[in-house]
Amino acid sequence: MNMGRAHWLYLAPALLLLGVFLVYPSVETIRLSFYGPRSDTFVGFQNYIQAFTSRPMLIAFRNNLLWLVVFTLFTVGMGLVLAVLLDRVRYEAIIKSVIFLPMAISYVAAGVIWRFVYAFRPVVAPQIGLLNAIVVALGGQPVGWLIERPWINNLALIAVGVWVWTGFCMVVLSAAYKGIPKEMQEAARIDGANEWQVFRHVTIPFLKSTLAVVTTTMIVFVLKVFDIVYMMTNGAYDTDVIANRMYNEMFQFNNYGLASAIAVVLFLAIIPFLVINIRRFRTQEAVR
Amino acid sequence: MKATRILKRLPLHLLIITLAVIWLAPSLGLLVSSFRPRQDLLSSGWWTALVTPSYWSKFTLANYREVLTQQGMGRAFLNSFIITVPTTLLTLAIAALAAYALAWMNFRGRQFLLMMVIGLIVIPLQMTLIPVLRMFNVLKLSGSFPGIWLAHAGYGLPLMIYLLRNFFGALPRELFESAFIDGATPFRAFVKLVLPLSVPVLASAGIFQFLWVWNDLLVALVYLGGFEEVAPLTLKLSLLVGSRGQDWHLLTAAAFISMIVPMIVFLSLQRYFVRGILAGAVKG
Amino acid sequence: MTKRLVVGLLLAGLVGGLAQGAVTIMVLWSGDELAAFQKVADAFQAQTGITVRVESVGRDLPTILATRVAAGNPPDLAGMPNPGQMAEFVARGALIPVDDLVDLTQFPTAFVDLATVNGKVYGIFISADLKSLVWYNPDALYAEGLAPADSWNELLYITETLAARGKVPWAVGLESGAASGWPGTDWIEDIMLRTAGPELYDQWVNHEIPWTHPAVKRAFELFGAIVRNKAYVYGGTTGALSINFGDSPAVLWDPTPGAYLHRQATFIKSFIAGAHPELDLDRDVAFFVFPPIDPKWGTPLLGAGDLISAFRDTPEVRAFLQYLAGPEAQAIWCGALGKLATNVNVDPSIYPDQLTAQAAEILKGAEIFRFDASDLMPAAVGSGAFWKGILDYVSGVPLDRVLQEIEAAAQAAY
Repeated sequence: MNMGRAHWLYLAPALLLLGVFLVYPSVETIRLSFYGPRSDTFVGFQNYIQAFTSRPMLIAFRNNLLWLVVFTLFTVGMGLVLAVLLDRVRYEAIIKSVIFLPMAISYVAAGVIWRFVYAFRPVVAPQIGLLNAIVVALGGQPVGWLIERPWINNLALIAVGVWVWTGFCMVVLSAAYKGIPKEMQEAARIDGANEWQVFRHVTIPFLKSTLAVVTTTMIVFVLKVFDIVYMMTNGAYDTDVIANRMYNEMFQFNNYGLASAIAVVLFLAIIPFLVINIRRFRTQEAVR
Repeated sequence: MKATRILKRLPLHLLIITLAVIWLAPSLGLLVSSFRPRQDLLSSGWWTALVTPSYWSKFTLANYREVLTQQGMGRAFLNSFIITVPTTLLTLAIAALAAYALAWMNFRGRQFLLMMVIGLIVIPLQMTLIPVLRMFNVLKLSGSFPGIWLAHAGYGLPLMIYLLRNFFGALPRELFESAFIDGATPFRAFVKLVLPLSVPVLASAGIFQFLWVWNDLLVALVYLGGFEEVAPLTLKLSLLVGSRGQDWHLLTAAAFISMIVPMIVFLSLQRYFVRGILAGAVKG
Repeated sequence: MTKRLVVGLLLAGLVGGLAQGAVTIMVLWSGDELAAFQKVADAFQAQTGITVRVESVGRDLPTILATRVAAGNPPDLAGMPNPGQMAEFVARGALIPVDDLVDLTQFPTAFVDLATVNGKVYGIFISADLKSLVWYNPDALYAEGLAPADSWNELLYITETLAARGKVPWAVGLESGAASGWPGTDWIEDIMLRTAGPELYDQWVNHEIPWTHPAVKRAFELFGAIVRNKAYVYGGTTGALSINFGDSPAVLWDPTPGAYLHRQATFIKSFIAGAHPELDLDRDVAFFVFPPIDPKWGTPLLGAGDLISAFRDTPEVRAFLQYLAGPEAQAIWCGALGKLATNVNVDPSIYPDQLTAQAAEILKGAEIFRFDASDLMPAAVGSGAFWKGILDYVSGVPLDRVLQEIEAAAQAAY
């Protein structure tokens, strides 16, 4: 619809808040990224060079990439599977609450919970960590889940992320799934399609835009992932991620310049996903 | 007939229940631990307490008693509500208006604006704290609840707008055309048509904003501070961890107390995630 | 600035006891520590009528404080995370010197020097912890026919003897959430003091010698000789890395002791008491001083402390600083918590138990005292690369690579 300038009335409150709380600080961040640790000396691109070349940052890039693939795959995948499967059982509400539960837990509490999962005790002592108790019961040696690099500890951290965020994907996808007219699926079944074909040719196309939204959200979350890593390892044993480096440089090491440069790098990393999204919105508008 | 049906659906049930058990185990550990004395937490696994009937008499409410009778606990609960509820409503209202404009109004630069808004999701809020707090000092907003409402709304808006814009955009065009033929204004169409149809997505977006604000500690500490009159529940929780990380037995109980409210919100909103609201509309 | 805060609170409709004559102080303490500090504040208020508003922000203090300072909104006073962070605030021009506000002759010069930047004093230590202690369970150790060690060789003898009997000599816990690794830095510092001497230690703190220096390397190797030996440490290296520092000493008092020795500062006493409420601390728990290694350097002591600095100079802030520095405040604070007083006029009878009094006595008699090096270094090294380096080294990364990485961080940070 075309309605003169009225759209600005709808947008004004949002744009004002976004400008104040996100745009203005971002501009400030970009400026500071060219200055030294105390923001008093201009250093050109030096912070960016450090952000792209120092070993801790390279490890953080590698880990974020691992998170990007594994975390996104599992949260979106499991969220989708659960949204579809739970629609078929009568105890849907209970299971949904169970999967959603971790979303309601603050990260301080989540840290304690996972201590009781990953805790390590020598084989001679009673295990207080669930995973090692299982390993020992099966006759194995207890494992330092957060210490064994490079795979076990990173995957152990990603597992915490998946545990927390699958609930988000499930809730959003489930809301969309319930929007699919039952008649469409029924019609496909009457035409002789099996469940997989219904899923593939009716459900997925219908959920496409929601899947894109959820995936984008998870990707953005991966780029910003911080709490889990900070509280469990703070990046030790090569588990560091970009946002944790930024936080440490900013608030622990007082290096505002480098921290700002890392934040700008994060922002640049999202651009490809933005472009994909905008294309998708154009298509959506063309077909409706 | 019925037996074969159940048998056929057995793998489905097994799969769902296995997933649920895996998801529940860590939280169950927390719950069981919250009823155990401190020294037991570190000497045996929580599951052994659960499967050893002779242990059951050792379960205690002492941890909960200690947490709940802490000084200022009631005030912290209240503060969390004062922070969270207005923030959630404010964010949803502002995001819905903006998403509506971005989905259904034609104007130059709309796609660009949308891209900017989505792009803002990636900005780490840690980087905004210093410039915003500096501004708050000038505007005399630091230490005040309105300040933190606005701040949380600002941080939550990009994702909310994104979620809502996606949903609004998928509504069929005919819906609006028929409404306008009936003489509705765009605002009337928004209130009478778009909002009722969007209840599921509004409910889920609202829940997430509620949770993030409820569980936030950093933003509250920076903009409100740690004084008892303003500090939220999460600060009490974090102080229980202790400056050197001791006292997990108290933390387990406190974690459960702080989870209760978000769970109630989720359960009470769950009935809005139902089939039919949108399905009917799309058909029409 | 205080006015702005007041207006802010007014806006929220939350006026409560905000009269003229108040000071705000931001601290990270909680629980017993916060309660003890509140007692100090109450006693001060009873004497002067000045209200002290204590703002406890917990373990996020470094973040919150740095943000408030950078935004021009600091509290009147604050507990500093460490002297290194204090120096950083001084460099940003945020702190006021206290030389003329407080009678500094009440303190041993070591504690005054530690708070001195460019010839001016920017903070006062209200209490100290003694770090160079090895804790043991007397019953368990004597039952093995062993006794506290007076020298490094004796310490190694105890270690080897126990290991030869199939027992685990040491309980080590390096895990501490986001701060994991710090307990190991204390080991390195104690060993450095005993093998390289205080002068080289100071040069190391100031990065006047590189991390790849043979003295630093030797300290890591001696540390590694115990902690990297799977037979010497409860749970092996994975145990040392995974077990929380506060939980780790508990096994010394298990019915069948899981280990016999534990190197940690005075504050660990409360963790031992928490894990084993049945213990009589003065009878069942004991420590000896981390023994000398190179006889030339004797037995230097390593410590740390609670440092308070001021961001604003008002009459109320001055009064509170003077009070905190005095023997009365320290008697309340240290008496309640079993911390060691820094004010030389504090009466030793305030200490709650013999263990604390004994530690205070040892600290008082120190010939050479040095502050925790990691607390003095720039945070990127002292609270970053050094911690990570300890964890890397214990988990098996070659020492040369560990030291090179810390050196790289140091070169960027100093």
